[in-house]
Amino acid sequence: MPLTIGVPREVFAGEKRVATVPDVVEKLIKLGFKVAVESGAGDAANFSDEVYRTAGAEIVDGAAKLWAGSDIVFKVRGPSSEEVGLLRDGGTLVSFIWPAQNPDLLKQLATKKATVLAIDSLPRTLSRAQKMDALTSQAGVAGYRAVIEAANAFGRFFNGQITAAGKVPPAKVFVAGAGVAGLAAIGTAAGLGAIVRANDTRAEVADQVVSLGGEFVKVDYEEEGSGGGGYAKVMSEGFQQAQREMYAKQAKEVDIIITTALIPGKPAPKLITADMVKSMKPGSVIVDMAAEQGGNCELTEPGQVAVKHGVTIVGYTDLVSRLARQSSTLYSSNLFRLTEELCKTKDGIIDVNMEDEAIRGLTVIKEGSITWPPPAPKLPAAPPAAAKPAAAAPAAKKGHGHGGSSEPMPGNKLAIMFGVVAALFWFVGANAPAAFLAHFTVFVLACFVGYMVVWNVKPALHTPLMSVTNAISSIIAIGALVQIAPPLAGDLARPEEWIRWLAVGGIVLATINMFGGFAVTQRMLAMFRK
Amino acid sequence: MSESLATVSYIGATILFILCLGGLSNQETARRGNLYGVIGMTIAVLATIFGPHVTSAGLPWIIAAMVIGSGIGIYAARVVQMTQMPELVALMHSMVGLAAMLVGYANYIDPAAAANLSSAEKAIHEMEMYIGVLIGAVTFSGSVIAFGKLSGKIGGKPVLLPGRHFLNLLGLLVVIYFGREFLHAATIAEGMTPMIVMTVIALLFGIHMVMAIGGADMPVVVSMLNSYSGWAAAATGFMLSNDLLIVTGALVGSSGAILSYIMCSAMNRHFISVIAGGFGGDGGTPAPTGGGAQPAGEVSPILAAETAELLREAKNVIIVPGYGMAVAQAQHTVYEITKFLREKGVNVRFGIHPVAGRMPGHMNVLLAEAKVPYDVVFEMDELNDDFPQTDVAMVIGANDIVNPAAQDDPASPIAGMPVLEVWKAKTSIVMKRSMASGYAGVDNPLFYKDNNRMLFGDAKKMLDEVLLVLKA
Repeated sequence: MPLTIGVPREVFAGEKRVATVPDVVEKLIKLGFKVAVESGAGDAANFSDEVYRTAGAEIVDGAAKLWAGSDIVFKVRGPSSEEVGLLRDGGTLVSFIWPAQNPDLLKQLATKKATVLAIDSLPRTLSRAQKMDALTSQAGVAGYRAVIEAANAFGRFFNGQITAAGKVPPAKVFVAGAGVAGLAAIGTAAGLGAIVRANDTRAEVADQVVSLGGEFVKVDYEEEGSGGGGYAKVMSEGFQQAQREMYAKQAKEVDIIITTALIPGKPAPKLITADMVKSMKPGSVIVDMAAEQGGNCELTEPGQVAVKHGVTIVGYTDLVSRLARQSSTLYSSNLFRLTEELCKTKDGIIDVNMEDEAIRGLTVIKEGSITWPPPAPKLPAAPPAAAKPAAAAPAAKKGHGHGGSSEPMPGNKLAIMFGVVAALFWFVGANAPAAFLAHFTVFVLACFVGYMVVWNVKPALHTPLMSVTNAISSIIAIGALVQIAPPLAGDLARPEEWIRWLAVGGIVLATINMFGGFAVTQRMLAMFRK
Repeated sequence: MSESLATVSYIGATILFILCLGGLSNQETARRGNLYGVIGMTIAVLATIFGPHVTSAGLPWIIAAMVIGSGIGIYAARVVQMTQMPELVALMHSMVGLAAMLVGYANYIDPAAAANLSSAEKAIHEMEMYIGVLIGAVTFSGSVIAFGKLSGKIGGKPVLLPGRHFLNLLGLLVVIYFGREFLHAATIAEGMTPMIVMTVIALLFGIHMVMAIGGADMPVVVSMLNSYSGWAAAATGFMLSNDLLIVTGALVGSSGAILSYIMCSAMNRHFISVIAGGFGGDGGTPAPTGGGAQPAGEVSPILAAETAELLREAKNVIIVPGYGMAVAQAQHTVYEITKFLREKGVNVRFGIHPVAGRMPGHMNVLLAEAKVPYDVVFEMDELNDDFPQTDVAMVIGANDIVNPAAQDDPASPIAGMPVLEVWKAKTSIVMKRSMASGYAGVDNPLFYKDNNRMLFGDAKKMLDEVLLVLKA
């Protein structure tokens, strides 16, 4: 029995997006699902009921009827309390949830025995999860729109021009925070011809900034700011001081500031103070993309456009909705990719496989029990700072010898090793008699010689190396030889027979090895030719 | 021969052994290296036989034993097929292990061996004996099982007993306890029980250790056993106060350890967990896991004739052989194809992954047997950067070593393992018998890539067809 996916109209004020667009409706039907769309759901994003119907969706009048008839509900915003009430018992919901910020919503949904997939809880560091990463796709839209809003409020061209009517200097744009949204903003602003500068606490994004045509402005202070999962962390006081100075300097120089700095689960950092706003040129624009989390600028009025000290501060919290058709298309592709993962059998039945790391991360409620937060990922992606050396390491190991000494060991590890070895030697020295120590010396030195010699062996010759070392280890025959008939000092009673047979056995075995080993090595080596 | 003369002969032999290993550093000097080994061994054996520790009464026995042994050894070396090298090497390790055990026992029941020792020296001597037999027994049983697995007499799948680490630990404690008993034993007869108990446990431990290891990890196991056999010889040397044995054992031991280390890093496994035996339970065991991405998509099969066309039109070809080539005995056909293409001016090269096959360097030996010149055979690191300029990358019976999931998918069980980047070639052709996954039990996203083609069938048969079309 194929399941029905329901797409209600978004009820949140000002939300124009829709969770599924007609193109994706067709694809979902191909996966075996039935799709029901609430009448008018796509209107705000310019998708009419008619287009949905052509794509194969059933158009349902009224939210109550739609929710009642849907096994799975695709939404953009997290459900309101009324919507939670409408959700069918044991139904499945896919939308933004922000479980950390909305614990009450989680509890409400849990009482409905629902299964809830929070698209915002996707483990973003999994490379195969990227196709489902709605945060990224939506942030990209927002970054683009932020530049458009800035251009709208800004009284000048973005690109520099020399015309008959005079020279126009290019606009200078400063982007604070080079996450997905920041990078999209950098690319868009650079595309319009502006001079773009950007800053981020994570030093590793500098290359990405440059690749999009921006210039990376460094904070004059040493500290690494990666907080994992592609977000930044809270920085030290000294760093923040240096950062403020840098921002103050930029504020005086640039025409447009776009701020995107967010730290997960915390209010947005106040990067732009009132004084900085005052220092900006009249007619300048600030677009505060973090307005919903309180804003990066002290003077931001969330949801509003405010003019303070001659500077237009855009605090829209619905930048994504202002490009509803685009953002809906991207979002619904993300949901479609997720559906593919949930329905590998393509029979219109979903399987929330909690063994799958991506699905596990998304699933915040499974059949009424809250499963958020997920356990730490089994194999976290390499920390960004280590990523580059790791990638470079195989390259450094070129040539043979496998670079036994190409990378010096870290100091503390080396110290521990020396400590252990020293303790071991002390133990041996304190307890063993002198005769043993002589042999011990030989043994240790021989280990070193072996180590030095063998590193030089070509990998192609590893098999001959093994067979020749194997042949050499039949030196153990000597042990048997000296036992077979040693000159006896006294009249010790010696179980001659036993020893002899054991020794003869030993000699036979060792000789098989000796002759076999050398012969087969010779045979192999004779085959290697140029 | 006097004591001193015997000693200097031993020093000579030691130097020759070191030169022998050093000689293997490249193909030109390798044969001379082997010769050094033979000479060293001859000197050592002769110096012992005619030295002060062997009386003429023993000569008939020695000669008889050596004739039997050399006959068997040379016969085995002549008849062995190159694809069976891993088995042969494993079997030979077991002999060293067994010989070490026998020598240990013989030494123990010989009252002359410890007659002139002080009590502290005696304790050390007994400890050496105990450890020597222990290592010998582990090497012996472990190698026998490895031989069984490699020759297919025992299934390749890892056998994991519940609580195996606990079992091993228990075994170790019992061995230590009986070691104490052994040291305190007043007479030889009293010490025999702990000795035998320990031997049995060590044998079981060896079996257990190797049984727990899957087929794909065999290169590590074989080199590890190689290392153990060296340590067994070194322990025997300590027991007999014989420096030559100690040095040689240490050389072999460290050589094996380095090889294991190289194999481990080639598979991105941890060295310690391998040396301790029984790969760690978490993530180290090659068991299929659901955590990895399930690659989706269609595979595009290809026929032998089309493969031949692709090869004929290519300028650069890289062939990546794996264990499948060894199983199908396809190396000679591979050589024929290589020769034909090279005559046509196609740049054909071979890319060898460090753990391709069942022992270190296995693929190189097979290709050498088929007369493939070694200057077209390259290591992974040497040509991994060349794949983007390669027209056709042909994978023959390999799977995990060309799996892009090792790089792309951090959840994959083989994540981080260095792999040959065949998918970067313009076209890659994978020869496989079926869509079954490799020994690591991981599906291979390579098969579903747009530029990949699958040539299903027995490697030898398919390559023969390719060759036929090429020559037509």
